[in-house]
Amino acid sequence: MTELEDYAGRLEALAQRLGLEHYAVDFELAPASLMTEIAVYGLPIRMPHWSYGVRYIHQLVRQSMGHSKIFEVMFPGDPCRAFLMDSNSLAENTLVAAHVLGHADFSRNNQLFARFHAMAGGNIVEHAAAHAQRIQQAIEAAGLERVEAVLDAALALESHVDVSGELRRPPYPEFVPEKTAPTETAFQQRFGQLPGAAEKASPSAGPPLRTRIPPHAEYDLLWFIAHYAPELEQWERDIFLAVRAESLYFYPVFACQIMNEGWASYWHARLLREADFLPQPLYLSAIKAHSDVVRPFASGEQTALAVNPYHLGFTLWEHIVDKQGLERAREVMRDEDDFGFIRNCLDRDLAEKAGLFVYEARPGGELRVASRDLEAIREAILAPKYNYGAPRVAATELKSDGTLVLTHEHASDGRGLDAARAKKVLEYTRRAWRRAVRLHTVNERGEPVELVS
Amino acid sequence: MIRIAAETPWYDLFSRGARDWLRHNQKVREAVKETLPALLAGADLMSQPGHRTVLVPVKILEHARLRLLEPEVRQGAGQGRGEPGEVLQPGREEGERAAQPGGTQDGEIRFVVELKIDEIVDWLWEELKLPELKPRRAAALDDPDYVREGWDRRGAPARLDRRRTVREAVKRRAIQDDPVAFTNDDLRFRQLVKRATPSINAAVIFALDVSGSMDEAQRRLAKTFFFFALQGIRRQYARVETVFLAHAAQAWEFEESQFFQAASSGGTLASSAFRLALEVMQARYDPQRYNVYFFYASDGENAAEDREGAASLLADLTGQTNYAGYVETGGGAAYRPRETQLAEIFGEMKAKGRPVGASRLGSQDDVWRAIGELFREQAKND
Repeated sequence: MTELEDYAGRLEALAQRLGLEHYAVDFELAPASLMTEIAVYGLPIRMPHWSYGVRYIHQLVRQSMGHSKIFEVMFPGDPCRAFLMDSNSLAENTLVAAHVLGHADFSRNNQLFARFHAMAGGNIVEHAAAHAQRIQQAIEAAGLERVEAVLDAALALESHVDVSGELRRPPYPEFVPEKTAPTETAFQQRFGQLPGAAEKASPSAGPPLRTRIPPHAEYDLLWFIAHYAPELEQWERDIFLAVRAESLYFYPVFACQIMNEGWASYWHARLLREADFLPQPLYLSAIKAHSDVVRPFASGEQTALAVNPYHLGFTLWEHIVDKQGLERAREVMRDEDDFGFIRNCLDRDLAEKAGLFVYEARPGGELRVASRDLEAIREAILAPKYNYGAPRVAATELKSDGTLVLTHEHASDGRGLDAARAKKVLEYTRRAWRRAVRLHTVNERGEPVELVS
Repeated sequence: MIRIAAETPWYDLFSRGARDWLRHNQKVREAVKETLPALLAGADLMSQPGHRTVLVPVKILEHARLRLLEPEVRQGAGQGRGEPGEVLQPGREEGERAAQPGGTQDGEIRFVVELKIDEIVDWLWEELKLPELKPRRAAALDDPDYVREGWDRRGAPARLDRRRTVREAVKRRAIQDDPVAFTNDDLRFRQLVKRATPSINAAVIFALDVSGSMDEAQRRLAKTFFFFALQGIRRQYARVETVFLAHAAQAWEFEESQFFQAASSGGTLASSAFRLALEVMQARYDPQRYNVYFFYASDGENAAEDREGAASLLADLTGQTNYAGYVETGGGAAYRPRETQLAEIFGEMKAKGRPVGASRLGSQDDVWRAIGELFREQAKND
C-alpha cells in the first residue's frame, strides 16, 4: 500500500466520523497529458470535435506559461471518479484526496446534483465513452464531414437545454388534451341555480385539435431539433441527444460551482487539520498548497478581475459553520445552488471580508472599481450563470414549409445577440435542420432584426 | 482505493487533443484554400525565390455560440482592494487605440500555416479552372531517353524483376512433379529500350521595364504576376530555366535576386529587351529543344521612334516562343484614353495569329484575372 492510499483511506474514515456521506470514490493517478485532456474535454473520453482541439492548444499554452495548474478532476457519480495528477507531490495529492471527499459528499447530498443523478444514473464517464464510440461508428458509416456538421450544430447549442426539464422527455402529445370540465363544488352548484346565472356553454365535443408544434416556447433546443427536424437520420438524432445528455450532466457542476468548490475546500482544510496521522512536514506543505488555491488573487497582486470560487465559497462556508453550526451548513448545502447561496448567504460583512467589488471595463481598456454595493456584487457574480450562461433562445414556430423560427428573449437578457456569431450558429443549425432557420433578436440600437440562414 | 495506471494505459495510446487539433488545422487549410486568391493577392506573400512554401498568417477558428452583444460598458465581479471610482487600469491613449483597430481581442492567438507553393498553385488552377500548359509537340522536340520496356531472361542483376521471377517459378512448379525452387529459366530481367520522349525542358524569359516611370507599386505587381506565371509553368515542366532581363534604354540580364531591385532613369526602349531576349534564346535556349515562354511587364510607354524596331523584333521573338505574355501595369483605364504603344504592338501580333496574350494590371486584385486570361489564351493557341 502506498502512503497516499494509506492517507486517503484514513481521511475517508475521518470524513465519515465528521458526518460526510458519499458514494464510493474511485481514485486514479494519471499523467499530466491525460489531466490536460480531461480539463479540456470535461471527461476522460468524449466525442471528437475540432473545437476541443482549439481548447487543447489554449490549455497547453496556458500551462506552458504557468497560468494553469491542474490538481484534480472529479466526476460525481456512483462511484465518483477522481483523477489525481501523478506528478504532484504526496502532500498535494493528500490535500486533493481530502478535497475530492468534500466534492463527493456535496454531489451526493445537494438536491440539484441528486436530481440529475436520479435522471442520468451515476456513470457519466462510461456513458460519455459510449457516446464517443457511437459517434466514431457514425464517422465510419457516414463520413467525418457529415458527423462534424451535426456536431457543429449540437455543440454550438450545447447550453440550450431545459435544465428544469427531464432527461428523458416524451414528444409533445399529438392532440391537444381535452379539457375536462372542472368538478363543480357545492358552492358552484348553488351559484348556478341562482336565477339569472348565465347558461354555461357546454364544452364542445368537436374533433380533437392537433397540437401546434411547438405548443409553447421551447427552450430545450437540442431536444426539439432531435425530435422535430424534418429529415434527421437516426444517428444524427443520437448525436443531438448525446450532447444534450452530457450537457445536462454538467449543469449541477456549473450551477453550484462556488458552493461545491467552497465545500470541498472547507473539508480538505478541516480534514487535514484534524488528521493527526499526517506527518507535520507533509501537513505544512499541504496547507501551503491549500493557501495557493484558496486565495483571491495571485501572489504579488492586489486585485483580481474575477472571483475565485474556491476562496469565496470557502469564506462563506467557514462563516456559516462557525456562526450557525455544521447542521445548518449541511442544510444549506443540500437545498441551495449558487443563486440561493450567494443571495441568501453572502452578506455585507462577508463581501467586505472577501474584498468583492464590481468593476467596469470601458471602451479603450479603462478598468475601474464601480461599486461595492452588496446587491450589485451579487448580481455581478450571478450574471454569467443565468440560463446556463447562454442567451435565452426558444423555438417558437415551425412553419408549414419546415422553416424553424427561433426567438431570442432580448428583453430579459437586456441586449440583442452578436449577429456574426448568431449567423454562424444558424448556418450550423440549418445543415442539420435542412430547412431555413430564422432567428428574431434586436440589434445594438434595440431595433428588431431577423437573421436568416 | 487508489488505482495507478497499468503499463500502457488506454489514454497513452493516442492523444485526443492532438487528434482534434490536427482536424482543426485541416479545416484551417480548407478555409485558407477558399480565400486563397484574395489572400495571395497581398504582396507580402511573395516568397523568397527558391523557397517552396509560404507562411500564411491565420486566426484560430472559432466554433460559434450564441452570445449577447458586447455592452458598451462591461461589468464583472472582482476581488481585492480599491474604492469605487478607483482606476485599476488606465485606458489607452487615443493614438494607441487607433493603432489597434476594430476591437482586436487581447487573448487571440494567431498562428501561421505553412503552405506548399505547389499545393497553392494546384488549388489556384482548380479555382480559376485554368488549363494545363501543353508542350509543343513538334517531332524535333523529341529527346532520346531510355525507358523500361518488357522482360528478358538475360540481363544485369540490378534489373532482376523479383516479382516476375517468382511468378515464373510458381508457374513452372505447378506443372512439374518434383520441382526445384528456382531455375535460371525463371529469371526475368527488365529491359531498357531507347525511346524518343517529348522534350520537357522549358525556359522562361521575364523582361521588366525598369525605367523611371515604373514605380514601386507597379514593380510589385509585375513581381507577383511573374511569380505565379512561373509557378504555373513549373507545374508542367520538370526542368524550368529562368532568365531575368531588365531594361530602360538598354537591357541587361540580372540574377533573380537583383532583378526586382534594378532601376534606371532615362528613356524607354522596349526593343532593347526584345533584342536581348532573342539573343539569349539563340545562345542558350534553342527553340527547337526548349519550350520558351516570354513574359514582359511594362507601363506601356515606349519611345515613339522605337515603335518600328520593337514591333519587328517582337514579331521575330513571338515566331519562336511557345507563348508570349504582356502585362501592362499602372493606373486604371481612366488615365488611359487610348492604347499604349506596346499594347498596340502586342495587339498586332495577336491579330497575326501569334501565340500572344496581353492583360492589364491595375492592382493586386487583377493579378488572378491576368493569370487566368494569359493561361486560357495560351491554351487556345495550343
